[in-house]
Amino acid sequence: MANLETGFAGIITPNPFWLASAPPTNTGYQVMNAFRAGWGGAVWKTLGVPIVNVSSRYSAVAYKNNRMMGLNNIELITDRSLETNLKEMKEVKKKFPKNALIASMMFEKKEEWHDCIKRCEDIGIDGFELNYGCPHGVCERGMGSAVGQNPDVCERITSWVTDVATKPVIVKLTPNVTDITKPALAAQRGGANAVSLINTINSVTGVNLETMAPNPTVAGHSTHGGYCGPAVKPIALNMLAELTNHPDFKLPISGIGGIETWQDAVEYFLMGATTVQVCTAVMHYGFRIATDLNAGVSNYLDANKMKSVIELKGIAAKKLRKWQELDLNYKVIAHIDPVKCISCQLCYIACEDGAHQSIELLPNTRVPKIIEDTCVGCNLCSLVCPVESCITMVEVKTNKKKLVWADHPANQSN
Amino acid sequence: MKRNSKLEDLNKKFEKIKPQMTPSEAVVESSRCLFCHDAPCIIACPTSIDIPMFIRQIMTKNTLGSAKTIFSQNILGKSCGQVCPTSVLCEGACVYHDLNEKPIDIGRLQAYATGHAIDKNIHFFEKGKSTGKKVAIIGAGPAGLACAHELTMLGHKVVVYEANKKAGGLNMYGVAPYKFSNKDAIQELKYVSAIGFEIKTNSPIENPSKLEKEFDAIFLGAGLGGSKKINIPGEDLSGVYGATEFIYNLRDKDLKVNVGKNVVVIGGGNTAIDAAVESSLLGASVTVIYRRSEKEQTAYSFEVEHAKKHDVKFVYLTSPIEILGKKKVDGLKCIKNKLKSSSRKSEINTVKDSQFVIPCDMVIIARGQEKMIDFFKSISKLKLDDGKVVVNKDFQTTNPKYFAGGDCINGGKEVVNAVANGRDAARGIDKYLMKKK
Ligand SMILES: Cc1cc2nc3c(=O)[nH]c(=O)nc-3n(C[C@H](O)[C@H](O)[C@H](O)COP(=O)(O)OP(=O)(O)OC[C@H]3O[C@@H](n4cnc5c(N)ncnc54)[C@H](O)[C@@H]3O)c2cc1C
Ligand SMILES: Cc1cc2nc3c(=O)[nH]c(=O)nc-3n(C[C@H](O)[C@H](O)[C@H](O)COP(=O)(O)O)c2cc1C
Ligand code: SF4
Repeated sequence: MANLETGFAGIITPNPFWLASAPPTNTGYQVMNAFRAGWGGAVWKTLGVPIVNVSSRYSAVAYKNNRMMGLNNIELITDRSLETNLKEMKEVKKKFPKNALIASMMFEKKEEWHDCIKRCEDIGIDGFELNYGCPHGVCERGMGSAVGQNPDVCERITSWVTDVATKPVIVKLTPNVTDITKPALAAQRGGANAVSLINTINSVTGVNLETMAPNPTVAGHSTHGGYCGPAVKPIALNMLAELTNHPDFKLPISGIGGIETWQDAVEYFLMGATTVQVCTAVMHYGFRIATDLNAGVSNYLDANKMKSVIELKGIAAKKLRKWQELDLNYKVIAHIDPVKCISCQLCYIACEDGAHQSIELLPNTRVPKIIEDTCVGCNLCSLVCPVESCITMVEVKTNKKKLVWADHPANQSN
Repeated sequence: MKRNSKLEDLNKKFEKIKPQMTPSEAVVESSRCLFCHDAPCIIACPTSIDIPMFIRQIMTKNTLGSAKTIFSQNILGKSCGQVCPTSVLCEGACVYHDLNEKPIDIGRLQAYATGHAIDKNIHFFEKGKSTGKKVAIIGAGPAGLACAHELTMLGHKVVVYEANKKAGGLNMYGVAPYKFSNKDAIQELKYVSAIGFEIKTNSPIENPSKLEKEFDAIFLGAGLGGSKKINIPGEDLSGVYGATEFIYNLRDKDLKVNVGKNVVVIGGGNTAIDAAVESSLLGASVTVIYRRSEKEQTAYSFEVEHAKKHDVKFVYLTSPIEILGKKKVDGLKCIKNKLKSSSRKSEINTVKDSQFVIPCDMVIIARGQEKMIDFFKSISKLKLDDGKVVVNKDFQTTNPKYFAGGDCINGGKEVVNAVANGRDAARGIDKYLMKKK
């Protein structure tokens, strides 16, 4: 059986599932419950200078009857005193010495960083996460994503921390940038031992049509928030792969963003993450989802005859290429299984109105037919089909050699 | 005090079998809809409501838009949502069946959206510009009302003549109250007629030709007649009822009727089942006897299941031969049958020496309704086929001034068929009156 124990930047964790720094890690009470439920580690809710929070803090994007496709928050870092947090962190570490306990921090001045690092190390935490990601409330004060967005500042503050910290330092990156590799490389230059990504994305989830105010509202007004949950996973996976595939980037990565099931976690590992962190899914369903994360990944490793999560690392990321490197002579066309077809004809109307008019309806049957000569193999029909594996994309042998854009006759630079 | 609590009990017993959806139920259910192209449910609906569209509008909380989508095809969309045998119509065609998933609850969604507009008293259609033409409608059942509404929209002046003291036809006096109550029927009637056509109740038309002078066209939506007799001794004893008369009485008295302790219902159709369930809800112990076997029964299987849930006993391959009793019924003498073949129309043979008596104090005969042949014969040149009025595709009869639709042309189908006929007949009448091609 696979062993889920994982090493991450020198931190040994019983499994690769950590709670992200967020409301589920507000208190010692919660973190202990989480460890009991099977979480391997927790990144404590970000410590920093005193702040206060507003009332009405979250809003969500619902898609049909899916209530929380995406979650948005306008909360800040911890609103409890540093003393209280440290006291509870100490208790947690004492009761759960094997679980990874990471202190997330966000400060302005060098002395503040140094003071907090010292006090955290004194109580025996396992590492630090520098919050350069929070997109609201604090960046206006030169913290959070204001740091993550400026590689020079990112490098400088990271080095302030790494100069004094004896425990591993993880830099948490903001996705609110055009090129994620720049702040990541800056963190590496600043001496970080790892990065984690992503923090939340700048967003407004929607507008209330009755009050005509954006969500969520605080006394009639709103502010942009940070977006997370299932909807952000594709963005996070792309950023993760960009770092994984960057030749100069060497640090381990803790993947974050929309992880809810063991399948999500495996995707992150395959795209290059060593551990993963979860926030929204726990806010939605509670700590109990750890049971399935652990069992699911473990079974997947067994089925693939692998011993540990590290064997998965980056397998899929390697298959990510520039568009120019793809084979233009490869061809698939859609195939409809008439036995599985439930005759909703959604594929027909999708191709007819939204793609390449390559599906036809024939008299005396409701099963649509693919016009193979004109099908371009775009996948749309198979995506809209509500029946699993009813429409499959079948490779057609062209018997032609691989042809990339550089060599293609249509390329005008040839 | 006591009476009231009894009445409450009764109303509780006759609670809706398809209760009104809550807004959140409706949103969750509507978001399951796949929005099929050329959807099979639309094809299966006799009034061709754009079902995927109205469901989508419920999902987007455009409930009034949804109601309009329904009403523009079927102005009785509310009663249809509640009384249609959806599992053999729209829901029966839902592609989810092929996925082994529960079909979309179309009937209840439809009742939800239409109920919303009716409760808020929001109307979507107006009287058309007057054409100066006058149309008489005989019968204020679903066919007559749908026809009247459409004709009014088209600008014709309409007078509906209704024999009963309340309009609505079998929606008022026939359909089981646990599907559609008196309150529902009155509310819908008020909503539909608000467009501005006249209904004259207590106005049976004996000879339609007397209307010919005053009106430019006449629509026959008279439905069917009373319950058929079975012609066995004892049929005139007290305690013997025709099913439609029994149900008429139940609806007319708003459930406050007496029922026997032991009731036998004779027949195998949906009306027999309704009468049986209603008797059971009123407190009787009920037996249904049917001359053929369960397989040949014309009632929908979901109706039979519903009856079994209400402890209705079914005795198959049994025919009544005599109703026993002095003045009042005290038993039903029956004989066992066997079928010659397995076809629905198979010859029935009685089994020798198999007579037996079911003790009972009430017998309800549900062998179908009479056709009103004498009534239709009073109209000149009107062709009948087996008692049903013959019409062309515009619902015009063989007498060009007369049009017809509903149970009187199809021999008894569903409310939704009557609505479709009434609506289309109105368009046929318009074509005839306005000399359109
Ligand atoms: C017991 C029972 C239960 C049913 N349950 C259902 C059900 O659950 N779902 C469903 O879809 N269908 C059901 N049906 C069938 C449905 O009720 C009919 O198909 C539908 O009502 C037919 O509509 P119609 O307008 O043609 O006739 P009707 O509803 O019968 O209306 C005809 C009207 O014409 C009037 N009339 C007749 N002659 C004259 C005259 N000479 N002058 C003036 N007025 C006249 C009558 O009083 C009546 O009001 C049921 C039928 C019965 C009998
Ligand atoms: C209400 C809320 C508060 C958060 N607070 C913090 C925080 O204090 N520090 C931090 O680094 N990230 C914070 N985050 C971001 C999460 O740690 C995480 O990066 C993000 O939610 C993406 O993961 P998910 O999709 O699993 O939720 C917060 C997220 C939410 C929803
Ligand atoms: S793959 Fe694209 S082009 Fe081909 S049939 Fe499907 S939708 Fe049409």
